[in-house]
Amino acid sequence: MLKRAKALFLSLLSLVVSLPALGSAVVETSTRQLNMPQGVTEVSQAAYDIHMIMVWVCTVIGVGVFGFMFYVMYAHRKSRGAVAENFHENLVVELLWTIVPAIILIIMAFPATTALLKVYDTDNPDIEIKITGYQWKWQYEYLGEGVKFMSELNTSLDEVYGRAPKGEHYLREVTEPLVLPVGKKIRFLVTGNDVIHSWWVPDFGVKRDAIPGLFTSGWAKTDEPGIYVGECTELCGLGHAFMPVVVEVKEEAEYNEWLAGKKAEAVEYASTIGKEWTAEELMTKGEGVYLQSCAGCHQADGGGIPGVFPAIKGSPIALGPQIGHIAVLIDGVPGSAMQSFADQLSEVNIAAVIHYQRNAWGNNVGDVTQPIDVLNYKQSK
Amino acid sequence: MAHGPATLADGWKAYISRWVFTTNHKDIGTLYLWFSFAMFILGGAFAMIIRAELFQPGMQLIKPEFFNQMTTMHGLVMVFGVIMPAFVGLANWMIPLMIGAPDMALPRMNNLSFWILPFAFAILTSTLFMEGGGPNFGWTFYAPLSTTYAPESVNFFIFAIHIMGASSIMGSINIIATVMNMRAPGMTYMKMPLFVWTWVITAFLLVAVMPVLAGAVTMMLMDINFGTSFFNAAGGGDPVLFQHVFWFFGHPEVYIIILPAFGVVSQIIPTFSRKPLFGYSSMVYATAAIAFLSFIVWAHHMFTVGMPIAGELYFMYATMLIAVPTGVKVFNWITTMYKGSLTFETPMLFSIAFVILFTFGGFTGLMLSIAAADMQYHDTYFVVAHFHYVMVAGAVFSGTAAIYYWLPKWCGKMYNETMGQVQFWVAFIGFNIAFMPQHFLGLAGMPRRYADYGLQFADWNMVSSVGAFIYGGAQIMLLFNVIMTIRKGKPVVEDKVWEGAEGLEWTVATPAPYHTFEKPPLYK
Repeated sequence: MLKRAKALFLSLLSLVVSLPALGSAVVETSTRQLNMPQGVTEVSQAAYDIHMIMVWVCTVIGVGVFGFMFYVMYAHRKSRGAVAENFHENLVVELLWTIVPAIILIIMAFPATTALLKVYDTDNPDIEIKITGYQWKWQYEYLGEGVKFMSELNTSLDEVYGRAPKGEHYLREVTEPLVLPVGKKIRFLVTGNDVIHSWWVPDFGVKRDAIPGLFTSGWAKTDEPGIYVGECTELCGLGHAFMPVVVEVKEEAEYNEWLAGKKAEAVEYASTIGKEWTAEELMTKGEGVYLQSCAGCHQADGGGIPGVFPAIKGSPIALGPQIGHIAVLIDGVPGSAMQSFADQLSEVNIAAVIHYQRNAWGNNVGDVTQPIDVLNYKQSK
Repeated sequence: MAHGPATLADGWKAYISRWVFTTNHKDIGTLYLWFSFAMFILGGAFAMIIRAELFQPGMQLIKPEFFNQMTTMHGLVMVFGVIMPAFVGLANWMIPLMIGAPDMALPRMNNLSFWILPFAFAILTSTLFMEGGGPNFGWTFYAPLSTTYAPESVNFFIFAIHIMGASSIMGSINIIATVMNMRAPGMTYMKMPLFVWTWVITAFLLVAVMPVLAGAVTMMLMDINFGTSFFNAAGGGDPVLFQHVFWFFGHPEVYIIILPAFGVVSQIIPTFSRKPLFGYSSMVYATAAIAFLSFIVWAHHMFTVGMPIAGELYFMYATMLIAVPTGVKVFNWITTMYKGSLTFETPMLFSIAFVILFTFGGFTGLMLSIAAADMQYHDTYFVVAHFHYVMVAGAVFSGTAAIYYWLPKWCGKMYNETMGQVQFWVAFIGFNIAFMPQHFLGLAGMPRRYADYGLQFADWNMVSSVGAFIYGGAQIMLLFNVIMTIRKGKPVVEDKVWEGAEGLEWTVATPAPYHTFEKPPLYK
């Protein structure tokens, strides 16, 4: 019986060992990273160092304790003729194994404290960036520069649901990454718009909860240009796994060029608000905006999820007066998951998506919503 | 004269009445144990759905909103429906037998505290079928995701939590009253079996923190339905307040789960070492110390919420301290085995695995206590791996050990040793294949509660899922072993089932009669 069981385990084991190989036949890119990344900032290095100290301390203690335990299990088994002794106390030993671990812990507290002080050293930044978590995207605002944009997942739903092959950067690509310069101390001010999110870039060692109504702060300074990927690490609803963080660190000249470009974009955009858009233009643009910003809850067919997210198809708001529809997007619906999109989407995008919602999936109100209507509503408040 | 319990031979009406109206501690213990096993299957099924979805990147089987309901329900059912009732069941069965009492001190309340539980879980599970789905905000239900943004079924969830809390509080009061008043003559506090000690301390923890949980869910109820703003920043409240209140309950809760497990292991290891427990009094003090520390470390679950550095340092130091009394316990167990005469029956195997894997989980716990490193570990699979090592390899392994250990006493039949050992190895191997890779996933950057993940995490997720299925299979084997023992096991006649066992529970007949210790025994 035992022999058969052993054979069974061996075959199971070999199956399991061979599985990673099977996995990589299906999926091509796969790093087999086992440990915490060292990262590219002082903070991530400090976290890595204290992590490794702890790993080694625990390993040494573990080898000692388990080694002794296995020795006892081997040497003092009844089948080897061991006869039980009857001792059950030894004050010296008991004191020793209380005091020695306490001393080890006190010693470990020193590097642990130093590392934490580094994490909290957010003073005197060169650049400040406000990061706002939304369901389910990030907004980056370069404080004092007038530059602000949303960063959303750029992987298609077809890839997620297996209708298209998964790209190399599956779930690690965004519409627009956060761009930072090398060699500058950057302070992140993190907050949330709706629920709690958490902004994490492992290579920076920065993980800060994005809590509505509060700011948390972290910092980074790196000399290594590159693209760094992170995640949202606080459960924030159904899109939790679908709001990655991507940061692109550039050389300072490139960064300045990029920043100037963003500022110019903002100026140029201001001139398009007044423009009269055609229904076709709005419909095309609106569909894109809808799939990006609305379909997560209200679904691609406008049907919503019964009991959680209302349908837009046939809804009284979408079929009612235009001003009411604009109000819902600008003000949100207090006490519900429907947030205000006033800061998330541009006037043009809001106008386009309203036009789309009022004229898609059998909704045919037939009116045209212009960016200027949205701007007027905003300014009337 | 005592009458025997109704059996099926007395007709199904009498049989059902027996179980519904029973005030017998053994019956109620049995009910708790079967209930927790049923919940174990349910919570396990949720876990299997989660692992099946995570087998490969992409959404194959379920939608993200259902995935979130599965992670939430898995956690709630396993914590409140499996581990806690299982240990209450063991307490009901064993505490009166161990202290020489005829029954629990408050038998009618005992009946009530069990029978409200099935209703609580019926309510909780029914939310899955409601419009909008069940709770989808994680078992830690952080506001405002669980208030403003919750599905409407959240009210049922709150009600269910209230009932579970009431059940736990009643159960705890009963245990405290029993141990304080009904010990046999001669059994002083410092002579009580360690399982009794750990349960008394656990019961005090429960009485202290369950009302805090009730407070948290009541504030949620007010925020959702009555326009208050406890956790709503826009109304002057604070979402972080929720986390403080929750973890003031939540951290003692994890010791509520593990302390009785310590007690079980402290009974089993001496039996199969044929040697008394080493350092009995330091075990008691260590348990009390852990219980005390559990009240002052809660915010180590919240290192990333932006606490002031003084707060972070305090919670880090206090948390590191827990390693001291926990270490004492581990050293005591190992020294109990030292120079014993060891045999490795199934309960001993599970207990040894408990010591090894729980200690491993303790190491990762110590790593997590270091705030600067926790900034990287927090809310990743590293944490998931950590708490499954302490809760599954800790609480569930010791619960399994307890079943194999006391089952012969309960039903008068011996389980099949080979089947027991096979089940152990399948569980042990499956568990490690499932959860060891999750450490790597977490360190490499995979956050927990992710319905889908990037391709870089594909390999270890697949391994982990395979391990989870093996571990799930081991539980079916456990169920099979228990049923086969009850139906076809070899009869046991000795009062003392195990050669090295000590204590009053081994002085009563096997199987334990319906009523025991009608006259108190004299202890030593």
